[in-house]
Amino acid sequence: MIKLDTARQLLRRDRIWPFLMPEQPTIDVGNQMILYVEGLTLSFDGFKALNNLNLYIKDGELRCLIGANGAGKTTLMDVITGKTQCDSGSVFFGQNHNLLEKDEASIAQLGIGRKFQKPTVFEAQTVYDNLMLALKQDKRVLPVLFSQLIHSEKVKSKKAKSKKTKSQKACIDETLQTIGLAEHAFAQAGTLSHGQKQWLEIGMLLVSDSRLLLIDEPVAGMTAEETERTAELLTSLAGERTVIVVEHDMEFVRRIANTVTVLHQGAVLAEGTMAQIQANQEVIEVYLGKEEQKPEQDKQVGAAP
Amino acid sequence: MKGIIHFVRGYGFSQGHEAGKYTFPFVLLLLAVSVFAAAANTFLPVDSALYVSTYTITLLGKYLCYAMLALAVDIIWGYCGILSLGHGAFFALGGYGMGMYLMRQIGDRGVYGHPVLPDFMVFLDWQTLPWFWQGMDHFGFAMLMALFVPGLLAFVFGWLAFRSRVTGVYLSIMTQALTYALLLSFFRNEMGFGGNNGLTDFKEILGFDLQADSTRVSLFLITALLLVVLLLVSQRILSSQFGKVIVAIRDAEPRARFLGYRTERYKVWLFVYSAVIAGIAGALYVPQVGIINPSEFSPINSIEIVIWVAVGGRGTLIGAILGALLVNYAKTRFTAILPDAWLFALGALFVLVTLYLPQGLIGLVSQIKHKWQQVRRKEVGA
Amino acid sequence: MKYLIVLCCFLHVFLQPAHAALEIESHREADLYTELAGAKLNKMIPILVELETLKGEQILPLFTLLMAGNLYYVKADKALVGKANEQGATSYKSVFTQEERPELGKKDVKKVRVNNKLRSHLRTAIARIQLTSTSPVVREKAVRTLLAKLDPKTIVLLADRYAIEPHREVKNAIKLALALYTATQTQQSISDRVMAIETLSTSLENQVRNTLVQLTQDTHQPIALAAQKSLTQIEQRAQRFALVDKLFFGLSLGSVLLLASIGLAITFGVMGVINMAHGEMIMLGAYTTYVVQLMMPNYIDYSLIVAIPAAFVVSGLMGILVERLVICRLHGRPLETLLATFGISLILQQLVRTVFSPLNRQVSTPSWMSGSWEINPVLSLTLNRLYILAFSLAIFFLLVMILKKTSLGLNVRAVAQNRAMAKVMGVKTHRVDALTFGLGSGIAGIAGVALSQLTNVGPNLGQAYIIDSFMVVVFGGVGNLLGTLVAAFSLGIGTKFLEPITGAVLASIIVLVFIILFIQKRPKGLFPQKGRAAE
Repeated sequence: MIKLDTARQLLRRDRIWPFLMPEQPTIDVGNQMILYVEGLTLSFDGFKALNNLNLYIKDGELRCLIGANGAGKTTLMDVITGKTQCDSGSVFFGQNHNLLEKDEASIAQLGIGRKFQKPTVFEAQTVYDNLMLALKQDKRVLPVLFSQLIHSEKVKSKKAKSKKTKSQKACIDETLQTIGLAEHAFAQAGTLSHGQKQWLEIGMLLVSDSRLLLIDEPVAGMTAEETERTAELLTSLAGERTVIVVEHDMEFVRRIANTVTVLHQGAVLAEGTMAQIQANQEVIEVYLGKEEQKPEQDKQVGAAP
Repeated sequence: MKGIIHFVRGYGFSQGHEAGKYTFPFVLLLLAVSVFAAAANTFLPVDSALYVSTYTITLLGKYLCYAMLALAVDIIWGYCGILSLGHGAFFALGGYGMGMYLMRQIGDRGVYGHPVLPDFMVFLDWQTLPWFWQGMDHFGFAMLMALFVPGLLAFVFGWLAFRSRVTGVYLSIMTQALTYALLLSFFRNEMGFGGNNGLTDFKEILGFDLQADSTRVSLFLITALLLVVLLLVSQRILSSQFGKVIVAIRDAEPRARFLGYRTERYKVWLFVYSAVIAGIAGALYVPQVGIINPSEFSPINSIEIVIWVAVGGRGTLIGAILGALLVNYAKTRFTAILPDAWLFALGALFVLVTLYLPQGLIGLVSQIKHKWQQVRRKEVGA
Repeated sequence: MKYLIVLCCFLHVFLQPAHAALEIESHREADLYTELAGAKLNKMIPILVELETLKGEQILPLFTLLMAGNLYYVKADKALVGKANEQGATSYKSVFTQEERPELGKKDVKKVRVNNKLRSHLRTAIARIQLTSTSPVVREKAVRTLLAKLDPKTIVLLADRYAIEPHREVKNAIKLALALYTATQTQQSISDRVMAIETLSTSLENQVRNTLVQLTQDTHQPIALAAQKSLTQIEQRAQRFALVDKLFFGLSLGSVLLLASIGLAITFGVMGVINMAHGEMIMLGAYTTYVVQLMMPNYIDYSLIVAIPAAFVVSGLMGILVERLVICRLHGRPLETLLATFGISLILQQLVRTVFSPLNRQVSTPSWMSGSWEINPVLSLTLNRLYILAFSLAIFFLLVMILKKTSLGLNVRAVAQNRAMAKVMGVKTHRVDALTFGLGSGIAGIAGVALSQLTNVGPNLGQAYIIDSFMVVVFGGVGNLLGTLVAAFSLGIGTKFLEPITGAVLASIIVLVFIILFIQKRPKGLFPQKGRAAE
């Protein structure tokens, strides 16, 4: 009898098996929060890179992360984007996507874009190709293999169906204007200056239409003017997208940030507006007090592999 | 309109762009030379000045097989940065596929005259044909196996290696170990592939006598044609969006991954494609040279392929083909004149090309052209 | 004075007949020698028996020469001479006085022929004579030789010896021989035989086992049972020793792998450079040994002691040369470095072929390394492998000490962990690279000296080891010497334990496939480096 019941339970028509549930493409931002990081811990050979770290990011927010070297900023980004496995804790994107279960590619496809500390672009390809590779599209092997073939036919026959292609092209052109590389569209990315590469990488995030942007040191190696433009761009992005910026340039942080989070030894030390942070005694002690010499040291470590 | 220009210009990329321009003339030249050689052999009298001997035809056919093999290595190394030191294994597996077919075609004309079993099995006192020899007497099936087995091996190996992110020199060493393991296995008589001696004494292919001039010329022409087809198809694939992703993976794999590409899958499929090309090359090689034995698996063979590609210019498909033809021609000449000096020359080639010609001959040509253009521009300006 | 005269007279009287007897004997002896020179094969045994009884221990040199087939006689006067081979030159010496007979050439002498039957007789005869040797080791060996052919006469000899033998182990051996004899004698009482069979269970000798196998078929039930029981005990012990033997061979292979790969572990671990010419550095070391032996042909025993530093210097300098000329220009391009060093390996191979010929060269083993340490009849460890095992461990610990305690080691470790930072801190990375490469190559050269004692020295020597060495380094984890040690020995032992089951070739295939799969599972090897620095 019990077995029969079990069988009936199993065969209920309204039951939906978990593996049959369609992957939810939308991101549930119910509580207006887009990123939930809870109790994150990670240690390398006894050194705790992350120590019970909790962080919540609102949808559409522009958040700055600051902290001394080894505070866990980059490691945190590594965990969010799936590069590094953490020891314990949870990371949710919206309420419905557990990021710890996914690999880098699917996290990126969910709409989390990342700019590295050291600008990383495809140096042997043109700026235009770089952006095209970043476009939001089906990125599985077969669709990609045949996409170009279909495209080229379209170009030849000029059929009206190429609406999507046109919008993508428009998107790239627009982005080229935004990042100021329109004239260099067909230059090899490897020939760009350091600052231009930074911009290109940001441009790649823009065309990929990411919902959440993780940006590691965007203004390192930029001139004052470029820095100003970056600040404008990032502030204009906020609202529509969510942006997390890691930066050592305190002027820059002051310029763009609404909310600042200070990390220290793998945990959140303080969180608040820039004014609050600057007034915080603890923060001054461990971080701001040494502000003058920090960026210098950081560059050296950044250069080290 | 601007979009179309963007599109067309974005089509060829970096080094591929340069070579892409020459693909068409190169293909024409290759076909013309092949057809001329074949015609000269078939229609001209032996004492004619332009007569091409069958020996030369076979030699050229061998070179073209090597060129195809170089193409396979270049696809994976030049475009995706995966240095395979084991492509000889895929080549040899393709060759063994063809060899098994040719072996079955001997029938009862072998030394022992057994109707089904090849000579070496009779010699080993085997009673029945092993299961993996079944069906190899059908040409179609045998050819399918010659492509499928290298492809499958590449898939399994690539899937395991790329998924666990084995890259760089580690991967190279692993591919070398792979071909070494196969070398040892094929030396064993128990494997059922003729052990040390391999497969040889072939008589005919699809009913045509392998020793006949016409068969040899046809095989040569088929090789040339297939090489052209594979070159064009590969060029097409590599200049598509897929090819761009491949180059992106070569230059910055983490970046590609964070853009949402499952790089390991791209690499696996490219690896399989490359292995299948190597398999085709092997299958065409065996009927022309008339033997396949385990030495084809030896690691030094695989590493030699890499130097052909390096000499020609990696990342350009034409470069790989040219490199293979040049180095092998040099090898033939050298070993005839100064047999001892060949290894010195080959060794020096490895060192000098990596030190002074990282982009190979094609790279050298485009460098010179670039310089010349600069000089000319200056003159025009002045 | 008076006493003295009496004594003299007494002595004279007493010694006279003895002297005469001696003379007669020596006459007979000379006859026998002449007879031996011309005797037919089937007539020789009686002569040998008579000689043995006549001369006793003194006949030993003649018997050993005859046994080895080196006994000749001069055609002219039928005098017996022994042939000696020294440094390729043949000379003849008189048997007992060892006097050189330079006037004799190849044509003046004729060989005294022996056949298997004679040899077997000689073997026991020699053993019987050696039974009275002063050295207990020789005595024990003699007893063990005698086990093969126990006849009543020998047994009497053995029993006599047993009574006076002072040495315990020789006594045990004799006891064993007596028991073996008793066990086979049907006229003995059954209880005696059973007791003898029980005594036999402690032995591992082949003869004992053969006899016991025969005895299990004995018509008397108790004897068959006892034989079966003893046999099982012996088999169990033999298996245990076979295991030890396999372990030893595994360790030996492991030591070879360790030597071959440890230099690679340093260059790969510190510089991230794959040196495909590493195998050729080993080969250079082996050829250095060959050249050293050529230069000091009379001091082969000391040649290795000279060869080790020489090989280190030769291979080390070659390594530094390669690093300065090629590798340092390809910095940060590991795949190109791999190709360039492969080119160098081809050049070095061909160079050796041109200079020394493509054939294998003979490297002789010093006397102190040849032979084996026989622990018991089923277990004997060859000395050269034993020395190489110890040597490889010594080199390993020396290297660990260099890396841990010297300033070069400190610099090397710094560069290995963070090249850029080390450079900023003032470490001359170029110098460190060159020295590291020299050290790694030099150790490869030392490995070559060791390998020259185990395998053929030829141009392809290095090729045979290069893939295995890579496997060891990758398996152990790059940049970890302890990992290399563990990997080398586990792969060595693994291979040797697989070999009896699968055959040698399949065993190496299985090991290769295992490592290929292992690396997929743990790409960083057994002992990976952790943390951000590892990436």
